[in-house]
Formats: sequence, C-alpha cells, structure tokens
Amino acid sequence: MFAAIARRLAGMLAVMFIVATMVFFLTRLAPGDPASLMLGDQATAADIAELRKTYGLDQPVVVQYLLWLKEIASGNLGQSIFLQRPVLQAIGERAEPTFFLALFSILIASLIGIPCGIVSAVWRGQKADQAVSGLAMLAASIPSFWLGLLFIQFFAVRLGWFPVAGYGDPGAGLAQRLYHLILPATVLGIVNSALITRFTRASMLDVLSEDYVRTARAKGLPENRIVLRHALGNALVPIITVVGLTAALLVGGAIITETVFGLPGIGNLVVSAVLRRDYPVIQGALIVIAGIYVVINFTIDVIYTLVDPRVKT
Amino acid sequence: MDITAFRLFLKRLFRRKLVLFGAIVLLAVVLMAIAAPLIAPYSPTGMRVTQRLRPPSMTNWFGTDEFGRDVLSRIIYGGRASLGIGMAVVCASMLAGTTLGLLAGYFRALDNIIMRIVDAMMSLPDILLAIFLVAVLGASAGNVVLALAIVYTPRVTRVVRGSTLVVRELPFVEAARVLGVSTWRILTVHILLNVASPILVQATFIFAYAVLAEAGLSFLGAGVPPEIPTWGTMIASGQQYADRAFWVVLFPGLAIVLAALSLQLVGDGLRDMLDPKLRKAL
Amino acid sequence: MTQPAPLLEIENLEVTFRTEAGNVTPVRGVNLVVHAGRTTALVGESGSGKSVTSLAVMGLLPRPAGRISGGSIHYRLKSGEASNLVTLSLEGMRKLRGSEIAMIFQEPMTSLNPVLSVGEQIAEQVRYHTGMGSAAAMRRAEEMLGLVEIPDAVRRATDYPHQMSGGMRQRVMIALAMSCNPRLLIADEPTTALDVTIQAQILALIDRLRREHGMGVLFITHNLGVVAEVADDVTVMYAGEVVESADVRTLFRKPRHPYTHALINCLPAHAKSGSDGRRFVPSIPGTVASAAGAHGCKFEPRCSHATPYCQASHPALETMDGTHTIRCWRWSDL
Repeated sequence: MFAAIARRLAGMLAVMFIVATMVFFLTRLAPGDPASLMLGDQATAADIAELRKTYGLDQPVVVQYLLWLKEIASGNLGQSIFLQRPVLQAIGERAEPTFFLALFSILIASLIGIPCGIVSAVWRGQKADQAVSGLAMLAASIPSFWLGLLFIQFFAVRLGWFPVAGYGDPGAGLAQRLYHLILPATVLGIVNSALITRFTRASMLDVLSEDYVRTARAKGLPENRIVLRHALGNALVPIITVVGLTAALLVGGAIITETVFGLPGIGNLVVSAVLRRDYPVIQGALIVIAGIYVVINFTIDVIYTLVDPRVKT
Repeated sequence: MDITAFRLFLKRLFRRKLVLFGAIVLLAVVLMAIAAPLIAPYSPTGMRVTQRLRPPSMTNWFGTDEFGRDVLSRIIYGGRASLGIGMAVVCASMLAGTTLGLLAGYFRALDNIIMRIVDAMMSLPDILLAIFLVAVLGASAGNVVLALAIVYTPRVTRVVRGSTLVVRELPFVEAARVLGVSTWRILTVHILLNVASPILVQATFIFAYAVLAEAGLSFLGAGVPPEIPTWGTMIASGQQYADRAFWVVLFPGLAIVLAALSLQLVGDGLRDMLDPKLRKAL
Repeated sequence: MTQPAPLLEIENLEVTFRTEAGNVTPVRGVNLVVHAGRTTALVGESGSGKSVTSLAVMGLLPRPAGRISGGSIHYRLKSGEASNLVTLSLEGMRKLRGSEIAMIFQEPMTSLNPVLSVGEQIAEQVRYHTGMGSAAAMRRAEEMLGLVEIPDAVRRATDYPHQMSGGMRQRVMIALAMSCNPRLLIADEPTTALDVTIQAQILALIDRLRREHGMGVLFITHNLGVVAEVADDVTVMYAGEVVESADVRTLFRKPRHPYTHALINCLPAHAKSGSDGRRFVPSIPGTVASAAGAHGCKFEPRCSHATPYCQASHPALETMDGTHTIRCWRWSDL
C-alpha cells in the first residue's frame, strides 16, 4: 500500500513541476516589462536597467528559471516587485478572506446540494427529480458576477440587510468578517451547488441499485432509514471528494466574486499582479493555488485507500 | 444511424419535455444571433444622448444604456459575439482535445506525459488560467478564443482518452489491427466514430462554459475590449449604473442564463439519449 | 386427504413493466401454492419470470416501472386472517416484509451492507419489527447467528461482511431472514453462487429451520437436482406462466408437460444411450421466446409433440387430478 502512496506522491510532484515550469515561461512571454511598468513613463533606460538588475531580470531566462526552482525548493517564493514584500507574505495577508469565503461557500453549496441530490435520486424520474435537476442546471447557468450584482442591488442597496462591499474595517472581529461574507458566499454557494447536486444524485443512484439496499427493503425497514443510513453512508465518499475539490478550486476561482464584492483576497492579488506583470507574485500565487488543489486531491486519494474497509484486508 | 434508430431518438427527445424546451430555446437564440441585422430594432452602436438610461418602454423594450443605445439591439448583436466566441472555442478545443485524447488513449507511451500536462492544467481554476493566458497573449476577441480553447482542451482530452481506452479494447479494433489496417485509419475511422457521442455531449457543455467564461473575463476587463458589444462587456460597463438603471445589467445577464441553460439542457438530453447505459426507465 | 388452507396462494398473477419500448409482461398466468411446513419449488430457466414472481410477492418490484397488473396473492397472516397482498398499501406491505415474509437472495457477496457489522444489520431489523431495545436486539442477533450454525457467534456478530466467506454470508442472510420468525421464507437461488460442498450445508440448514419452525418455503431454482432434494411440491414455469404443478414425487415419476419431461431428461442421471452406444445428455432445442409472445402455446416452437392447434390457441391451466395441474392441450393423449 505504501508503494501506491509513494507513486501518487511522485505523480503529484510531477504535476507541480509542470505547473511551475508552464507558469514561469508563460509569464515571461507576456508583453510588457515590470521594471518599466513600475517606474512609469518618465524612467530613463539606465533606471530601468538598474531595476532589472536588482530583480535579476537581466539574466537569461533559463538561468532565471533554474535559480527560481532552487528558491522554490527551499520554500522561498521570491519578492514581489510592486508590493515590496516577500510573495509568501503577500499571499498570507490575503489568505484569510479567500479561505473563509471558500469554506463558507462550500458549506452553503453542500447544504443546498446534498439534500437536493438525495431527493433527486430517491424520486428518480418523477416531478421532484425533474424540478431539482432543472434548478441545478439553472444555477449552473448563472454568471456569478451577475448574481452578485443582483444580490447587492436587492439585499444590500434596497433592503439594506447586508453591507454593499468590502471585508469590514481592519481589526474587525470574526463576526463582522463573516457578516460581510454572507452575500458573496451565498452567491458562490448557489452557483457551485449544481455540481454537488449532480454528484450526490449519481452517487445515491449507484448505491440505491446495490444488492444490499434490496436486502434492506426485504427486511421491511422504513424507506427513510434505508436512504439515510444505508444508502447515504455508502454514497458519501464520492460526494466528499467533489466537495473537497470544489473548495480547493474556489481558492483561486473566486476572483470574480472577490472583485464584485471588493474582498481583499488572493484572487484579487493575482489579477492585479497579472496586470502589472509582477512576475514573482504571479508565479508564486499560481503555484500556491495549484498546490492547494493538488494536495487536497492527493489527501482525498490517500484517505480513500485507508478508509474503505474492503481495502483493509 | 438507420431510420429506426433515428425515429427512436426523436421519440425519446419528444418524451423529455425539458430537453425539448432547451433545444427550442437554443435554436431560437442561435437564429436570433444569425439574423441580427434583420431582427434588431435599432443599431447596436447608435448613440442617442438624449435617450440615456431610459427604462423599458414601448419604444425600447429593454430600455437604453448610458449612451442611449437600445439594450435589446445590443443584446441581439451581443449574442453574435458571445455565441460566436463560444462556438469558436468549442471548435478549437474539440479539435485539439480530440487529437490529444486519441493519442493519449491509443499510445501508451504518450499517455503518461499528456495526462500529466492535463492534470497540471486542470489544477488551476478556469478563470484564473484564462486571465493569465489573455494577459500573455494580449486582449482581443481572437486571443480570448485561444485562451479559452486552451483552458478547455484538457477536459475534452480526458473524456476522449477515457472513451478511446475503452474502444481500443473492443474486438473489432483488434480485428482491424490484425488485418493490417493503418494506425491512422484505425484512429480516425474506427475509434473516432465510436467516441463521437461523448464528444458531442462535451461540446455542448463547453459551449455553455465558454459563454459564461467570456462574460466573466469581459466583466473583469481581461477579455474582449469593451468597444465590442458582448453580453459580458455590457454588464461590465453597465455596472456603475446598476442602482439607477438596473435593466442595463439585468437583461444581458438573462441572455447569458438563457443561452447557458438551454445548452446544458440539450447536452444533458444528448447524454441520456446517446448512451444506452444511462437511459432512464420511465 | 383434505389439505389445510395454504399459507400462500397466488392466482393468475400478471406483472407488467413500463419501458421506453412499450409495456412488457414478464409474468402472465402464474398460479402457485405454498403450505406451512412444506417447501414449494419454483422451477424454470432464466427469463421464465420466477424471480419477478417472488419480487411481486414481496412487494419489491422496481417502482415506478413495475407493477402487478392482474391476479391475487392471498397470504395467511400469523393472526390467522387472510390478506390479498396485491391490495395492500405500500406501508402495509412494508410491515409484512421481514416479520411475516422473509426473503434471501442469490448473491451473498453483495447482499450485505459493507459498512455495518453483521450483528447490527440483524439487530436493526429486530428493533424495527419488535420494538426491542438495542441490547436485547443484539442478544437476539447473536442468538440467530448461532441458530444458523456460525461458530463463535457472539464474537462474529461484530464482524463486517467482508471478513466472512460466501457461505458464511449466506448463513448471515438466513439468520437475518429468520430473526423475526417469518411464516414464509422465499429463497431465490440461495445456493447458486456457492461452492457445491457449501450448497449442501445451506440446503440442509434451510430444511432444518423449516421443520423446526413450521415455515413455508418458496424455493426458486433452475436446478432440478436441488428440487429433488428439498421440495415437497413443485411448480414449473416457462416464459412467464406456470406449465405444470404437482407434488415432487409425481412430477419426477410422471411428468406430463413436454417441457417438464424435457427438463428431467436433461438431468445427467437420465442420460440416454445414443446410437453409437455412448451416453449423452440431451438438451432442449431453441431458446425461450421473448415476453411479447404469440397467440398459441408458448412452448410450441420447441415442443416435439406440437400440433397446428397448439400454435393457434393458448392452453389454460387445468387440473389433472387432485393437486396436479397442467397447461397443455395434449396432456390426455401423451
């Protein structure tokens, strides 16, 4: 079994390596030079050259690449050109809103998606199933930023129930923070619930057609116990997989929502870095985001192998 | 497909009301986009400064925007851009993804390296990757298509690879190999035709994702330049007037929802109808 | 000899499934009787409708596609009163399952929930039907495991299904079925998926339980050898209908329906001597007609005694003498 885990680990590292390489070289392809962007129109060629030297931008690309790889291996993601601080620190400062948003959103998405998926599976083919499936598809067709604008207009501006934007004042308590996240998390929750609904439905349908469910029915057990105890218990693993992976993707994928609601998160950081050609931040953030996804993926796989009682023997 | 198979297909199509609804709506939207010059009541770019931000009325069914332009006409023309980009993305990603998927599924040697790259690309969220690529390539409609095509190719590759792995083990493929049929022919005729169904299903879903993604990119200012009317740019520029003139933001969004929804309904229906294993008992 | 009232009496059962290609009736014209304390074997090849019949009795037809479209299923409850299962509500049927009528299935490997211990799976049923508390129910579960001859029952009650062999799991299934003292046990090919040596043990176990508890057993199988071993009465099905029914001795000694006759001839014990002197086991030519049948007798295409009349008109189930029934135009002259 350890061989399997080791293999997965190797695969994971290979993927990260490819991501890093892709990110590095593609970033360099983008037109525009960070040094001149930073110094503005008034800069002289000498100033630009000197700034480039400071950041090692004058070296051949391949050399920069190798140096950078060496840095990453020791955990150093470099220094942001524009923000005057280590990339890791910049990401760390922006991490909180993004992580809370991702967590909150997944919670809402699951609270909507899992029950809907169960209903859909149990009443398969009937009105309830069609209604749920239709609504799920509707939810997946809504652009998150549009829904966000709608929500802001309605709940924040007209009704005044929630703040219009922002993450609260610096130094605000957790409750304040979460209050600011309610609207954006609901938007993301609704839009992401569709996938969870689909997966839950598929997983439940699989389990409900298993022989042991037929046995449970032959035992004369009430249907809701069969669904909730026998079926759901066995259906949970793929559901949790999807939930985990969606959460991981939300870390970097909530950019649009962060923009609409003015949240100072990682997504925002990356977008501004891309626009300013802040290479270290772009590279660092993309690696971190991809890394989170890959690590969660890997962890779920490992847990899968450990937890399935059939694999134990 | 012979006549009876086709008739059974139609029968199943008509039985699924939702899918039928989706197909009709999709057809309507596409026709509307194609026939834009004939249908649109006004020019999409004609500015009438005296008519700024008028609410929906008999003269302007969807109201006017901040430059006095008719929202309905802009939506109809915007459909051309948004759907056109979507279609282009589908074609490009289908081409690239199918090729890669066939190669990965058929040749073991290529499988590992291709799928690692696919894994790497799919470890980044779509939007993020798209923004990054557009920044690298430069902001234009064509580059948006290219960027999104790159973003969605891994998905297609995975699906095609999966089907290819299954089909290549089937007896008739082995028979063809033994008979000396060239690899090229095996891939294109025997395998490709049998993986056509899942490819078609994927195509409809990618169309929907592409429309949504283009809107998102344009909204962030990282997509199509704002002069070109797409549904995304309309929402982006209308954003600041949202509290005064909500219709400027509402209707383009509804258009996106309608297009994406009908595409997904059709895709779902296709998947049901084409895959014998997934057919629902009534 | 007047027979006491039967435990289970099925009359003219018809089951219909709705599919995309139209309606299908895999069962049409099934008459069957099970007496308390006796085993009735339901015999037929794959596709004859025997499993569908058993599911219909249990009320386990896949909904909404399947339903009972005709006939009656009379069952005598523990209280003594009779009930037509076809007219029962879903809730009413659910209460009977497990407590009055129990069923065991063919695949012991997949019929138990992998994430619950075997003891818990039995105890759960006991709790639901008798209202016993958890501790008492678990006690009962261990008792049942002992009843089916699982060694070290108390310790094994906490085991999970994957820790047991196929034969053991089938014993657990039987323990499960017996836990609420059912009056009728339906066994759908319980030994088909097991080793031959284990088969004999399981058959003996079921038979012993039948005698000790006075249960009626409906034993479904395609294996005539098993029928000869366990059955008291036999009902033969072909293409969704009953073609012959009698007590086991009569059926084997004097089978009247051509299908039954041919089936018995297929047994290795009845191997014939061919023209070259070597023994061979004959088979029945042809395959079962699809459920959407023709006008005449369903067995006619494969029958060596068929006449044009057999092809034109569908025979009804007639009583030959006493309890021996048959569905054939020509039973009197064969």
